[in-house]
Amino acid sequence: MVSTRTPRRSVARIGLYLPLILVSVFYLAPMYVLLATGFKSFAEVDLKTMWNLPSGIYFENFRAAFEALAPYLWNSIRLVVPAAVISSILGSLNGFVLAKWKFPGADIVFPALLFGMFIPYQSILIPLVEFMRSINLYGGIPGLVLTHVIYGIPITTLTFRNYYASTPTALVEAARIDGAGLLSTYWYVLLPLSIPSFVVVLIWQFTAAWNDFLFAVVLTNPANWPITVALNNMAGSQIVQWNVQMAGAFIAAIPTLLVYIFLGRYFLRGLMQGALKG
Amino acid sequence: MRLKKDTALSVALVSPSIVAVLIFIYGFIAWSVRVSLSDWKGLLPNYTFVGLKNYLELLEDPRFHIDIRNTVIFTVLFVGGCLLLGLGLAILLDQGLRGESFFRSLFLFPMAISFIVTGVVWRWLMNPAGGSRISGLNLLFDNLGLDFLINRWHTTPTWGIAAIAIPAIWQMSGYTMALYLGGLRAIPDHLREAARVDGASEVQIYWYHILPLLRPITLSAMIILGHISLKVFDLIVALAGKQVALDVPAIYMWTTTFDGYFFSRGASIGILLLLSVAVLVIPYLRYSLKGETEL
Repeated sequence: MVSTRTPRRSVARIGLYLPLILVSVFYLAPMYVLLATGFKSFAEVDLKTMWNLPSGIYFENFRAAFEALAPYLWNSIRLVVPAAVISSILGSLNGFVLAKWKFPGADIVFPALLFGMFIPYQSILIPLVEFMRSINLYGGIPGLVLTHVIYGIPITTLTFRNYYASTPTALVEAARIDGAGLLSTYWYVLLPLSIPSFVVVLIWQFTAAWNDFLFAVVLTNPANWPITVALNNMAGSQIVQWNVQMAGAFIAAIPTLLVYIFLGRYFLRGLMQGALKG
Repeated sequence: MRLKKDTALSVALVSPSIVAVLIFIYGFIAWSVRVSLSDWKGLLPNYTFVGLKNYLELLEDPRFHIDIRNTVIFTVLFVGGCLLLGLGLAILLDQGLRGESFFRSLFLFPMAISFIVTGVVWRWLMNPAGGSRISGLNLLFDNLGLDFLINRWHTTPTWGIAAIAIPAIWQMSGYTMALYLGGLRAIPDHLREAARVDGASEVQIYWYHILPLLRPITLSAMIILGHISLKVFDLIVALAGKQVALDVPAIYMWTTTFDGYFFSRGASIGILLLLSVAVLVIPYLRYSLKGETEL
């Protein structure tokens, strides 16, 4: 890219950095306040000096926030791990069948799934709660896992379907000629090829379930609240200090931030798949 | 024999998911419609049919009027802000600058965070307290001598919802940038070269040659951001709680159903939200599926 541009523009190029740096300040300011507040000691926390750097590194805020939030962090882990794993396996099987094995009605199923990705969940919330009550899954984590798995079917299926559709059909044909059935074709031919898609979908479902608030606040009782609901509750209370809230917000953000930092490439791919079909 | 068995097996593999989607999405939507046409107010279900009563009541409801107004203001600012900022950043990053991937990652990281975390942090950044209790961004403006920028953020009468668009743009503009950057990268270099040979300035190249090619991306981004905006919920709850001044349909649905047990009204709001999203999304899906259905 660079080589196609003329060198005289390199001076003007410095001017391009100015807006970029200004916008970077906008993106970083909240993280700065979050961390600067988190690492202050209780004694130096003051709304009046919230933009000042801490005088040293203290963990009092994080310790207090962690103590308050630990059970809910555990709830979130118990929620997102099964939700992400089950979603991915289900999505992979569905995507495989939709991509490689035509069956009657497939062209109705596909748009119906796609629309399911976009619906506002307010339009199914009341039946969902009634249903979970009737099968005794209301209030706990298993019901919330089930909810994330089911409402994750559209996106996980479509991600895998798009991926499998792009793998050569010849591979499947060859396996079939060799006498492989449906499941062994999937297991020996397509599954090993789709590890990157598994990473994309696992990350996507992990992030979605970790960050979800709506399903959690409606379907779980306080003992089973995941971190988002607990954090929101902490933020709304008059008892917990703002500095501890900030530290709590950072703790709640760490898992998905780490995923973003280390697996950002896959994260981005998931985002794009969620947005642009075809 | 084998093929027949495989067909049966593939149906068996996908059918649980298809049945689940049919029930939990389409069946539940139908169930919600039924609740919205009923008289269910209170803890016990009551499916007495009352026609469109709940919908007509909403049309007369001052709180719902606030919701619509807030949604419109929020949507215009949020979608407009994300598109402008996203496009601007994408164009800047498309110039082959050093550190491009650093900036790209920086602008995208808020996408990984929940709206709840964003709301909690921005609640303190947009602290409206004045005088000696000034803090957050207002304090920063005060220290920098930018006093004219000091404002009451989301507690501003009538226009409070506009302040909520700021953290929402913070969270989603990087994503918009990524969409545009993908589009810019797909434009072949010879197109710019040809325009340059014709004597077009860089600004002219973008205005006359590149922006028109980005129209499909703008359309996608508008639909994606627009439907997020119609559903906005957790950000406002975490930032400001349940205030009527900052009410939106998703919050009204939640409080009237689960705090007020007015299930039929809650269902009506849910269905209206669904319809508004459908009006936006269905034409888009038809358009983007056109080339895809011949599998």
